[in-house]
Parts: sequence; structure tokens; C-alpha cells
Amino acid sequence: MTIEIEAAPSVQLSRVADSETHGENSPYFAGWKAYDENPYNEVSNPSGVIQMGLAENQVSFDLLEEYLEKHSEASTWGKGAPGFRENALFQDYHGLITFRKAMASFMEEIRGGRAKFDPERVVLTAGATAANELLTFIIADPGDALLVPTPYYPGFDRDLRWRTGVKIVPIVCDSSNNFQITTQALEAAYELAKSMNIRVRGVLITNPSNPLGATISRSVLEDILDFTTKKNIHLVSDEIYSGSVFSPSEFVSVAEVLEAREYKGSERVHIVYSLSKDLGLPGFRVGTIYSYNDKVVTTARRMSSFTLISSQTQHLLACMLSDKKFAKKYVEINRARLRERYERIITGLRSAGIECLKGNAGLFCWMNLSPLLEKPTREGELDLWRTMLHELKLNISPGSSCHCSEPGWFRVCFANMSEHTLEVALDRIHKYMDQRRT
Amino acid sequence: MSSISSNRKPVLSQIATNDGHAEKCSYFDGWKAYDRDPFHPTQNPNGVIQMGLAEHQLCFDLVREWLVNNPEAFICTEEGVDKFRDIAIFQDYHGLPEFRNAVAKFMGRVRGDKVRFEPDRIVMSGGATGAHELITFCLADRGDSFLVPTPYYPGFDRDLCWRTGVRLLPVVCHSSNNFKVTRKALEDAYAKAVEANIRVKGLLITNPSNPLGTILDRDTLRELVSFINEKNIHLVCDEIYAATVFRQPNFVSISEIIEEDQACNLDLVHIIYSLSKDMGFPGFRVGIVYSYNDAVVECGRKMSSFGLVSSQTQYLIASILSDDQFIGNFLLESSERLATRHKVFTHGLRQVGIKCLNSNAGLFLWMDLRGLLRESTVEAETDLWRVIINDVKLNVSPGSSFHCSEPGWFRVCIANMNEETMKVALTRIGEFVLRNGNKLVRKEKCWQNNLRLSFSFRRMDDVVRMPCIMSPHSPIPQSPLVQART
Repeated sequence: MTIEIEAAPSVQLSRVADSETHGENSPYFAGWKAYDENPYNEVSNPSGVIQMGLAENQVSFDLLEEYLEKHSEASTWGKGAPGFRENALFQDYHGLITFRKAMASFMEEIRGGRAKFDPERVVLTAGATAANELLTFIIADPGDALLVPTPYYPGFDRDLRWRTGVKIVPIVCDSSNNFQITTQALEAAYELAKSMNIRVRGVLITNPSNPLGATISRSVLEDILDFTTKKNIHLVSDEIYSGSVFSPSEFVSVAEVLEAREYKGSERVHIVYSLSKDLGLPGFRVGTIYSYNDKVVTTARRMSSFTLISSQTQHLLACMLSDKKFAKKYVEINRARLRERYERIITGLRSAGIECLKGNAGLFCWMNLSPLLEKPTREGELDLWRTMLHELKLNISPGSSCHCSEPGWFRVCFANMSEHTLEVALDRIHKYMDQRRT
Repeated sequence: MSSISSNRKPVLSQIATNDGHAEKCSYFDGWKAYDRDPFHPTQNPNGVIQMGLAEHQLCFDLVREWLVNNPEAFICTEEGVDKFRDIAIFQDYHGLPEFRNAVAKFMGRVRGDKVRFEPDRIVMSGGATGAHELITFCLADRGDSFLVPTPYYPGFDRDLCWRTGVRLLPVVCHSSNNFKVTRKALEDAYAKAVEANIRVKGLLITNPSNPLGTILDRDTLRELVSFINEKNIHLVCDEIYAATVFRQPNFVSISEIIEEDQACNLDLVHIIYSLSKDMGFPGFRVGIVYSYNDAVVECGRKMSSFGLVSSQTQYLIASILSDDQFIGNFLLESSERLATRHKVFTHGLRQVGIKCLNSNAGLFLWMDLRGLLRESTVEAETDLWRVIINDVKLNVSPGSSFHCSEPGWFRVCIANMNEETMKVALTRIGEFVLRNGNKLVRKEKCWQNNLRLSFSFRRMDDVVRMPCIMSPHSPIPQSPLVQART
């Protein structure tokens, strides 16, 4: 006699929980697993996987450490910690005024004083990840879409879509004009959404671009602003790499364009910033939303309750960034070091026969390996990616994970390692390319 | 040809334009009064005293001492700077292992080490606020609902509902049985939802309770576990006040109950925790989701990307919570100081004929002012509340903002001020009662038999004069200006 045991009905989680929109099954993240399992170490594991898929800035820590050693009050609330209590209690979603002022001033420094930022418009969030999601909740309803130029940061698939229920419709860019955003591409994306009965609520650009490592020109910014004005939609400009532009004069922020227009029509524009890339502090979770729209500022501030920045961290960074001399020095030196790294990797790749998109910013370069593809398809690209990962032991990011329309492009990070490690990586690439030629 | 009109404003989302942020309720109005006219013992002795903010400010002297003696806990000092780089780049949503280990250990200690918490089940979030929203996103779809016993913390309306699109349905509790959560009340609430075609995904309880300051007894907890298993819905237990229990009976965590109960489906149980109340660190945004459901841990962890705890703070918290001796002493002192504060306040109120719900936890009292209402309505409660804010100059929170079914109850926070301010508050209450003595509506059930409405100032002073429990270096009594609500 069989005894049937009724299985307890498994309790359902939400649709959001069950969906794959967190995006972690893409190759962007698979490479990280390979790295985690076999991480390169100069001494203990010289043949391990070199992590080139993580856009971190590790070139300027010494500057921060030097500052901190000289200014202990930034981290200890002063001798005897008199400021501790007030700081530990501070959970006001306006954020510490000293910190907001310091952020506004730092953002101005990065833009060479060409744009002004009002501390009252700075909203604080725990990282740009939170900032992008929060803005999406504010400017779009579930089922609506944001237009995003390709290729784009893979994390957007999660940040803009997962819990918000908002869609991404790509603005397709290609190498024929160095992946610049054109009005035709904007219109095409808009029409595509319309044809699918999807309401477009905004355009989200990243400037400087991740993964391209290049800034958007002023004239393109003007076109994008005109387009969003014409359609009466929002414009979000993610400027988290603005402090990583090698040559300051080459970066034009949407803030400058607005200032030149005397802020006419600026209520549709919102800027996202963070200290994760420029200062190399991703662990501290420091993101900001700067909006020219009062209602967005108020609402974003209320929503930031879900994702406030630790008051301990606000205090530390308020001290550090209010030191204008330090901030200026940091920005200059950081830029110079990134430029050096960039030039080294470009030269190294070129001598191995590999070309990259001309870049001027960011912590990575956009490498063109399309000539190496067996087949000019996504599968061909993923095959090459696997070779890179398992044979060369380099974790780089395939363009398809960034939704690039053309196969064969790869994002290669260069600022998250020592100079020596970079040489090791270049050496491996050289050897591989030599092998291929014979 | 259409002209580009740069004067049109783009539309915001429904979430952005609705009142889901819940800031329009009276809970926050009192804060405005406080912001405009905050009490200060010397600079503004007639200002509004903030008694609407559930903060734990009684033990900062202990923490400060620890900080001064442990500079290596700060990665940005000379002593700690060699850790700086590694911590600053650490954004792994698993959290620093030392942080998770320390939090798991602390959670166990707070529960008298009767249960063990696994570090791998700890998920970070942006404070308990972020934790509540996160768990709701994991467990419920738009339009689904959670049952929640009344009275409850007003922030839940925003945290569980605003961006998630989930609804809160009340499980109505009454003072007649000290607001106990009964099976009948649960069943009634559930049935109402079914009738209205609203899917119930879970039950949210806060234990110890905010605003009641009481803890749930074993029988009630078992009843809740049985209820959720029967209905196959989730149980979310907010235990953020766990370490504020200052007197017997001892706190019983849901984690103890489910360990005893073999029949409970563990996939249904989740705990929300935070260091904001127990340690007094709301600014550090240390929220924790602890789930017995593997899928929820995994999904929750991914979602925690939207609200990770700053690694700088994780490191500090890991250091402080790992100091066994310090923590042992802290928990003892904290209990004692809360007990004393509670005793002084309830005694002071009793002297002027004001009763509070009998409580043994929390940072507040649930004060019974039903006898002062001209009629038993929300309007009368609101009128009384305005008098308390504007005339007595105390920001207390009206029961209606906590969705209390009976008008006349008020939550009064007592752990967010020093002794001097507490005395001023009690004096003002005493004076108010004295002034309104002949206007009182006496309801037999509300008042003690030996109620004395008249009193002498001298007696009041005798009552409130206590040996100083605060360190001589206690900072100023006012709460930092909380401009959190517009």
C-alpha cells in the first residue's frame, strides 16, 4: 500500500522576486564568478584570472589615505568624540548640510566652475544604483519606458527595470560614427516604443559613457535636450564618471548646457552623481540626485528614506570634500593618473594589433576585437569572450552584455589594478595575438 | 509644424504624485511645531519638547568611551588606515563577513543566547525602513496585502505600500484586553480581505510593539505561527526594539517559537532588525532582513544593492559588536536606564492621574488620555492633541496616526532626552492636568479608584528628583533638528 504524502504548497514569492530582471545570469557577472574562483595575485597566484571587468578606480587611494591620516577628526568626530551622538542620531533625509554643500562644491570643481550647483537641490542616496532606481520610480509608471543609448552599463537592466516595472527601449548607436547618439536614433527608438504601445517617459544618458569611455559632445547634448523638450519627456544624465575625464576641457555637463539656456525648460533634467568612481569609494554608498525640478527634489528626498547615506560616511566626506584645496588637488592628480593608464593600455593594445574606440574618460577602454571573431555574431563574440576568460585568464566584458548592436566590442577596465598587473595583462594579450598570427 | 515648447513640464509618475509618502498625517504635523520652536533648557526653555521621536539617547556616554579607546575601528585614522583601501572598495552585497558575524552574534545575545542566528541569512538594507520595503517587494505583488495589528507605526504605510503598491489591512486590537492580538481579530481581518477579493500575502507584527511598548507572550506567538501556517501566508516580525525590554517578562523572539515548532513552515518566517533603536544609531542606517527562506535571502540580497550599509559603517559596527565585554555591559546598562526612565515617567504621570498601558519595553509610553476627551471621537483626540502641542508644548503622537481603533491614546517618547528635560516635561503635564481638572470628563473605566486630580508642586518635585543617571558629560538635551518631514 503506497502512502501518499501531500507536498505542502510552496508559498509564492512576488513576481518581482521570481523574475530574472536582476540580470545576474548574464555573462557580465559570469566572468566575475570565474575571477572569484581563481583570482590573480602577483605573488601567490600569478596565473590567476585578472579582473578587468570591474570599473573601479584604485589609482588614487594614497591621496585619500594621506588626507585622512592628517585629519582624524573626519573619522572620529574629534578628540573625545563629542560629535558622535549628534552624528549617530542624524537620520534627516535632507542629509548633513555640510555634506550637501561639499558635494555641490565638488561637482562644480569637476566641471571647472562652468556650472553652479545649489546644495538645496542635492538629494542623497546610497549609491548611484539607488539613485537611478529612485528617479525611475519618480518619472515613470510601471509599463512605461525609458530610452537608453546602446551600448549601456548592464546594471541598468536591474536598476531601471526590476522593481519599478519600467522598460528600457534602446537608442541604437553604432561604430559608423563612434557610437554617438543621433536624433534619428532617438526618433527611431521613440517610434519603436510607440508602435508597441509603450509610453516613453524619458531618456537616460551616461556622460561620460560607460562602456565607451568617451564624453558626449555639446552639440549632441543640445540635440538630446531639444528632443526631450519636443516630446515633453525627462532627461536623466548619469555623470558618475565626470571626475574621470582625462582632459577637463573635453567634458561638457548637461548642467552647462542648461546654464547657457538660462535654465529654460530645465525641470525635465536630473543629474545622477556618485563618489564610487571618481573617488574610488564604492563601498561607502554615496550617490546623489541633482534635479532642476522642485517636485522631483521633494519626492526624491522623501523616497531617499529607503536608501540614506550613513551619517558617519556623510560626516567623513563632508570634511574631506569641503577642503577645497584637497579636492582640487585630488581631481587634478586623479585625472593625470587615469590618463597615464589609458595611454599605456592603448599603446600596449595597439602594439599587439588591437584598436580601441578613441576615449577620453572613464576607467576602461572600448576594445574592438571584431576582426578576431570567427563569426560576426553574438555567439562568435561569446566564444571569443570565453577564450579570453579561460585561456588568457582575463575577465573582460563582452559588448553583448552591454546591449551593443555590433558584435566584437569589449570593455576593458584598467584602473582597478597595479601598474604591474596591467603589464601582465598586456603581456598575455600580446602572447595570444602572436599565437594567432602563426 | 509644431513648435518646441520649452514651457511644458513633463509629467511625474503616479507614485510621485500620490500621497503614498504618508507625510500628510498628523504624526508629522507635531514635528513641524517642534521644528519651528524647539525646546532648549537655556536658550528656549518655553519651546516644544520633542516626545514624538522614538530615539534611544540614554547610553551614548558608553559608546563614546568605547570609540575613544578603540581608534582602530575607524579605517580612516592613523590606527586603522591600512584597512582603508580594502574597505572603501568593498561593495559586495553579502556584506563584510565580520559585519555579518558580529550582527548575528549580537542578535543572539539580545535574545539571551536562546537561539543562534546564521550570518549567511543576514541581508543588509537601508535601515529598517529599507528592510520593510525590501521584504515586501520580495513577498508581495502590487495589489496584494499584508495584515497588521493596530495600533501600528505610521511609517509602515509608506514603507510597505508606497512604491510596492501593496496594501495594509488592519487587525483591530482593543484596550479591553490590553490590545492583545487575538485569533478572532486575525480571522476577521482575513475574512474581510477575502470578501473584498484582496489577496493576503502575509502578517506583519512588531514585537516589542511600537507604539504599545509591550511584548507578545508565547501563546500569542504560537497562535500567530499557527494562523500563518494554516493560511499559508508569510510572517514578518519586526524586532527592532528587542533590546529595549527592561523588565520581566523576558522577550520571546519568533526565532525561539519556530525552533520549538516542528510543524511550522520556515519558508514563511522573516525577521526585520536594525541598530537604530537598540543601539541608538539611526543615522548609520543599519537595517537587517533575516529570513528562514533561502529564496528570499537570495533575492533579498540582490535587492539590497539598492540600500547597502556603508562599508565604513559595517567595519565600525563589526568592531563594536564583537567586543563581548562592552556589549554585555551595554545591554545591562541600557536596560537599567530604560527601566529607571520608565519608572520615573509613569510614576510622574500617575501622580497627576494619568495612566499608561502597562509596558516593559520600547522607548515610549502608551498614554491613556481618554478621560480628557470631550467625546470619544478622532476629532476630539485631534483637538486635545493640538492643545498639547500648542499650549503644553509637548510633541506627542496621537493614537489615530497609529490607526488605533479607540480615540484618546497617545504615544509619548521618553528616552530621547536627558533628565532635566524629562522633569520639565512632567511639570508641564502636571500643570496642564491641574488647569483642566474641572473640565475632565470622568469615565469610570479609565481612572484609578484613588485618583487625585489636585496636587502640589512640591510633591511633583519630590517625585522627579532622582540621582543623576546621566554622565556629567551628557550633551544638550534637545534632539538634533529633524527636518525629515516637510
